Amino acid sequence: MTLDSKVPEGALADKWEGYRFDMKLVAPTNRRKFKIIVIGTGLAGGSAAATLGELGYDVDVFTYHDSPRRAHSIAAQGGINAAKNYRGDGDSIFRLFYDTIKGGDYRSREANVYRLAEVSNEIIDQCTAQGVPFGREYGGLLDNRSFGGVQVSRTFYARGQTGQQLQLGVYSALARQVGLGSVKLHTRAEMLEVVLKTGQAVGVVVRDLTTGEISTHSAHAVVLATGGYSNAYYLSTNAMACNGTAVWRAYRKGAQFANASFTQIHPTCIPASDEFQSKLTLMSESLRNDGRIWVPEKAEDPRPAGQIPDAERDYYLERRYPSFGNLVPRDVASRAAKQQIDQNKGVGPLHNGVYLDFHDSIERLGRDVIEARYGNLFEMYQRITDENPYETPMRIYPAPHYTMGGLWVDYELMTTVPGLYSIGEANFSDHGANRLGASALMQGLADGYFVLPYTIANYLAGYLNTDPVSTDDPVFHEAEREVTDRLNRFLGINGSRSVDWFHRELGKILIEHCGMARNASGLEKALSEIPALREEFYQDVRVLGENETLNQSLEKAGRVADFFEMGELMCRDALHREESCGGHFREEYQTEDGEALRRDEEFAHVASWEWTGTDTEPNLHKEELEFENVELTTRSYK
Amino acid sequence: MNVSLKVWRQDGPAAAGEFTMYEATDISSEMSFLEMLDVVNEELIARGEVPIEFDHDCREGICGMCSLMIDGIPHGPQRSTATCQLHMRKFKDGAVITVEPWRAAGFPIVRDLVVDRSAFDRIIEAGGFISVATGSAPEANLIPVPREAAEAAMDAASCIGCGACVAACPNGAAQLFTAAKITQLNLLPQGQPERWSRTVNMVDTMEEYFGSCTNIGECASACPQDISLDFIALMNRDYARGMVRQRRLTGQRS
Repeated sequence: MTLDSKVPEGALADKWEGYRFDMKLVAPTNRRKFKIIVIGTGLAGGSAAATLGELGYDVDVFTYHDSPRRAHSIAAQGGINAAKNYRGDGDSIFRLFYDTIKGGDYRSREANVYRLAEVSNEIIDQCTAQGVPFGREYGGLLDNRSFGGVQVSRTFYARGQTGQQLQLGVYSALARQVGLGSVKLHTRAEMLEVVLKTGQAVGVVVRDLTTGEISTHSAHAVVLATGGYSNAYYLSTNAMACNGTAVWRAYRKGAQFANASFTQIHPTCIPASDEFQSKLTLMSESLRNDGRIWVPEKAEDPRPAGQIPDAERDYYLERRYPSFGNLVPRDVASRAAKQQIDQNKGVGPLHNGVYLDFHDSIERLGRDVIEARYGNLFEMYQRITDENPYETPMRIYPAPHYTMGGLWVDYELMTTVPGLYSIGEANFSDHGANRLGASALMQGLADGYFVLPYTIANYLAGYLNTDPVSTDDPVFHEAEREVTDRLNRFLGINGSRSVDWFHRELGKILIEHCGMARNASGLEKALSEIPALREEFYQDVRVLGENETLNQSLEKAGRVADFFEMGELMCRDALHREESCGGHFREEYQTEDGEALRRDEEFAHVASWEWTGTDTEPNLHKEELEFENVELTTRSYK
Repeated sequence: MNVSLKVWRQDGPAAAGEFTMYEATDISSEMSFLEMLDVVNEELIARGEVPIEFDHDCREGICGMCSLMIDGIPHGPQRSTATCQLHMRKFKDGAVITVEPWRAAGFPIVRDLVVDRSAFDRIIEAGGFISVATGSAPEANLIPVPREAAEAAMDAASCIGCGACVAACPNGAAQLFTAAKITQLNLLPQGQPERWSRTVNMVDTMEEYFGSCTNIGECASACPQDISLDFIALMNRDYARGMVRQRRLTGQRS
C-alpha cells in the first residue's frame, strides 16, 4: 500500500487554514450521535477527551491509572515552547517550525510541524485561562526561559513542574466534562485490544484492573493517546507503568509503526546507584542553562571534584561546540557524555556520570537566584543521592526518555487503520529523529486540544446516522476471546522466573545494541537474542495469582510480552536506517570528527512498518519526505 | 542492611486483612523504599507466594500514585518526601518496619496496600476547574497576574493528590487537598467568576466522602509537597462568603 500523508495543497502557512475550510463538519446537534473512545488521559488524551466532550460528542475515556491526573505527562519539568515572541528576540512561528525541523534532523513532515508551531500560541492562551500558574515577571506578565538547541527564549514554565501543572489543567478540563456527563471516565481500566471490522476501527477490549473483568466497547472512532515505549529499555525515565501495549495491539491489527528506532536518550538524568534500580530520574535540562558540564581531563582521576583545578577539567561541550556550549540538543549532549565515560573519565562511585557544575553560576548570580530557578530540582537530587549540589557538582548521565517513533499517522492524525487515531507521544509525527526540549508538552496539547478535535470530524461526517457496530457482533466476541486466552496463557505458564527478570534482560540487550550508538553487527545480534528471550519468556515466566483480582504481575506480563516484539522492531528499524540522524547514531556513519552523518539521498523518508506475523519480517513502506520550505543542512552547533 | 517488614495483606475489598512478616535481607542503603519492596516481591515470586500489591508509578515524587503508611506515618519518616523518594538509608539496620495502606473511610482498600482514591476525582469534578472552552481563551498576556498571586497559586497547585493528608488526619478529612485546589484557582484573576460556586460545590462534595476538619494539622505535616494549612483558612473564608453570596445560609435558593 502507498502511504498517503494527506498533506493539503497550498503554501505552508496556508495549509492548516485551508484544511479547516475544506474539511467536512459535524453540526453541533449531530455530534451527540457519534461515540468516540479515547485511550489515555495524559496531555494528549485528556485534552482530546475534554475538547471532544465540550464539542458535544459522546466520549468514553479510559486510563489504567486510578485517576486521570497521574499520567506520565505530569513528570515533565522544564517547560513548554510557544512562538509568542514575548521576549522580542526574533522568534516567530516560522522559527519555531524551523528549529523543530532542524532539531529533528530533517526527518519529520513539514506540514505537521508547521501546524504544531502555529497552534503553539493558542496552547499558552488556553492553559493560562485554565489557571495554570505559569512563572511570571514582577509586572505580572508571563516569563520565559531558553532551552537546549535553540537561540531564543520561548519556553513557558511553572517552576520545575510544568508538566504537572499542564496535566492538572487538562485534568480539570476533563473533570469538568465528566461532571457535566459529556465524558464517561473509566479508571483502572487497561485497553488490551483494538477491534476492527472490515478494516475499520470499531471499538476496544478493556480489562478492569481491580476485578479482572473483560469488557468490550464500540464507537465510531478510537483515539490512542497512550504515550511512548521507552520502558522497553527497562531502565528509563518513564513511569513504571508506561507501556506500548495499546499501540502494539493496534500495530498487530494493521496500523503501521513508523521510525521505531528513533528514541531519545536524555542527557541529564541521575546515574544509577546499584543494580536493583527500577527507574532513572530525570532532571530538567533547563539545568544546562546555568550548569557547566565537565569531566576530569585525566582518565580515572580519583580526586573529588573540588580538588580538581579548573585547568585539569575538560568542559567538553563548551570546547567542542563553542556557540551552543552546554545547550546543544539532547542527542549531541548524550552522545558526548557517553564518549567521555567510554574513555574512562566517568565520575562518581560507579564511574557512570559526568559533572554538571553550578559553582560559577552561584558565584555570578548568587545562591538565591539559582535556588529560585532550580530549588526543587536541587532538593530532588539531594534526596536521591544524599549530596548537596550547591556545594558539590551534580552527577548526570543519559537515560532513555522519549520515543519519537510511534504509530504512523497522516496529516489528520489517523493511522493506516480508518477510524483509528493516534496522538501525542504515541504517534511518530512532528519530532523527526530528535525532539527538542519543551516540545513534548507542546505536541501533546496541540494534538489533543487543537488538531484532533477538528480532523476527526472529517471522518465522522461520513457516518452520520450510522450506528456503531454492536458489541454483540462476532468481531467483538473474537477479540474478547483473544484477550482472555492471552491472560490465561500467562497465568498458565508457571515457570521459574519473574516478569521483571525478563524485562531487565530485554532492557540490557536494547540499551547495549539499540541505545546511544548502534552498529549492524550489534543490531543483528540483538535480533537473534530478543526472539530467543521471548521464546524463553513464554516457557518460563511465572505469573502468580489470578485474573479476577488486582494482579500487577499479570498486567506487567502482557506489557513485557509486547515489549519483546517492539524491541525487535526497534532493532530492525535501526538496522534499516543506514545513516546517523538525531537520536539514531550508527557508528558506521559518522564524520571524521565523530559527528552524525546523515544520508539524505537514501534516507530522507519515514520508515513505516507493517506487521505480517510474530515470526515473520514486517513489510517496509516508505513515506518520502519533501522539504519545500527549509534547506537540508548538516546540523552544526559549533 | 537487613530489615523486617510487617505488611498488611488483604485479598480484596470485602476480605479480612492481616499483618504478615517478611524479611528483606542484604538490602543496599542506596535503594529506595519501593525498590526494597520490589526485591521482596521478587523473592516472594521465587518462593511461589503472591507478591504484595502496592500503588506506585513515576517514582520521582510527582504523580502522587504511591502511598503507604510506614511505621504509622504517611509516606514514612522523612518529611516533605513521597514514599517513592524515601531511601533505605533513612532506616536502621535490623529495623522492624510496619507497612500499611492509607487508613480512611473515604479510601476503601482494593487489595493489600492499594486503596481507592477516586473520591478525590469527584471533588475536582464538582468545581476544581475554570470553565473555558478550548479555543475561547483570550491572549495569555491580556490579564496580568501579580507575581505574588501566581507564586501563591503555584504553591497550592503543587499538590500531587496522593491522599497522605487524609490518611494522616484522625478524622479522615480531606480539607488540605480540597483547599489546595480551591485556593489555586481562587487566587488567580481567571478564577474569579466561579469563585463562590466552586468553593461551595467542592466543599459540599468533599463532605459527602470525608470526615470533618478539627484543625489538628497532621495533614500539613504529612504532606510530601508541604502544602500549607493556611490554604484551609482561605478556603473556609471563601466557603462562608460563598454561602452568603449564594444566599444559602438563609435557606433561600440562589
